[in-house]
Amino acid sequence: MALIRCEDVSIGYEGQTVVRDLDFSIGAGDYLCIVGENGSGKSTLVKSLLGLKNVEKGRIIYGDGLKKNEIGYLPQQTDTQKDFPASVYEVVLSGRLNSRGLKPFYTNADKKAAEEKLELLGIRDLAKQCYRELSGGQKQRALLARALCATKTMLLLDEPVTGLDPIVTAEFYQLIRRINRESGIAVVMVSHDIESAVEDASHILHLQEKMLFFGTAEKYRKSRIGRRFLEGADKAENGGERHA
Amino acid sequence: MLENVIEMFSYPFMVRAFIVGALVALCSSLLGVSLVLKRYSMIGDGLSHVGFGALAVAAALNAAPLAVAIPVVIVAAVLLLRIRGNSRIKGDAAIALISTSSLAVGVMVISMTTGMNTDVYNYMFGSILAMSEGDVRLSVALAVIVLALYVFFYHKIFAITFDETFAQATGVKADLYNTLIAILTAVTIVLGMRMMGALLISSLIIFPALTSMRVCRTFKSVIINSAVISVVCLVIGITVSYVWATPAGASVVMANIAALLLYTIFGTVKNRGTK
Repeated sequence: MALIRCEDVSIGYEGQTVVRDLDFSIGAGDYLCIVGENGSGKSTLVKSLLGLKNVEKGRIIYGDGLKKNEIGYLPQQTDTQKDFPASVYEVVLSGRLNSRGLKPFYTNADKKAAEEKLELLGIRDLAKQCYRELSGGQKQRALLARALCATKTMLLLDEPVTGLDPIVTAEFYQLIRRINRESGIAVVMVSHDIESAVEDASHILHLQEKMLFFGTAEKYRKSRIGRRFLEGADKAENGGERHA
Repeated sequence: MLENVIEMFSYPFMVRAFIVGALVALCSSLLGVSLVLKRYSMIGDGLSHVGFGALAVAAALNAAPLAVAIPVVIVAAVLLLRIRGNSRIKGDAAIALISTSSLAVGVMVISMTTGMNTDVYNYMFGSILAMSEGDVRLSVALAVIVLALYVFFYHKIFAITFDETFAQATGVKADLYNTLIAILTAVTIVLGMRMMGALLISSLIIFPALTSMRVCRTFKSVIINSAVISVVCLVIGITVSYVWATPAGASVVMANIAALLLYTIFGTVKNRGTK
């Protein structure tokens, strides 16, 4: 039984289908990268996986004890958060809300869980810091700690390295890899960064309004579509360097 | 000095003004933190204009002012929130549209019935004499409800204010809480606007939140500070208004401006110190 199974799923906005005919599954401990160009339906799919957007057709089945409100989500940062007065601890603790239900206050177990995640991500000493004063990488770690508070089985990361410098990006990927391997938490990551995706991920889902590819990273690398996309990324990168 | 204070509290209208004012200030400061952080500040301003229109119509119809104004403003609040969520209509333009329309309707109705007189002036800029026994009861009830809901839902309100998408993904019904905040804001504004004035009431929502954010660095301390600042500024403002016979609403806003300046200076100095 998979954590999430998408069967013949189509999703759209107001009658306009954005992605269609998706058929794939995510198993426990998998590391799935969702790649594709802008507007290929990646973010839409993420919203549906989280249950924030209904599917037009087909169904998304949650299994293996995963409930849809127990996915540890790391969203793209919003404008609101740039000057938000909150301590890192407050932000991380808010990840425990889904286990609270209607109960209004956090228990000691919640607080302990939050502290463990801070420790795990090496930001324990930042707990009392104000969120708006953190660097980009520290912010992502805080949000990752919050996501981990919300889940035991699956992380869903929406373009988590946008705006981070290369060193911090590499560190962040390493962190994700470690969490995936050591805690056995499945990782689903939406990414532009196709090369790192193929390196780290166990599975690749390539979207372009429909499913161009779904399978292991190994197979993707050898597939026609994968090779073409990887080469394209290579060229773009080299081209970019030449201009810079 | 003491005699002044005793004299001030010997007038029932002053006692009423203090009670209603302090409770409205408390509620609006709590709600204001979320509204300001979620970039909804202008909604408070828009709603007060809608309230003005509704009060004018109520006066023309000889109906009870609050019975008309509260439901109308609640509807407007929910509507404005919906428009904000709908990306095809520009939120700020919609607010300006609704608030000027209500203002125009209000002014038309007043000029056709009683003529432009002190009533209009009082609606616009508020009057310390406006509070009745019924208002006191209503504002106590409102304050209890707002405080109870706020404490009970505090962590959820934090979550949807900080990151609505994440909150929704973890099963928090963000729409429900947004609507709740909008409704409570609407009631608070209607209650406060006859004392503070339609043009000035939104200051109670915006100032305390902004002021405490100059200095405070955690959400909890921002909330607590806003509440304290708001109530203190209101008490100072009303006292000033009594002693020097200045307009109540404007006096309270002046006190808030002073607090904002003080906190800004303090915040700047403190930041320099840590760097």
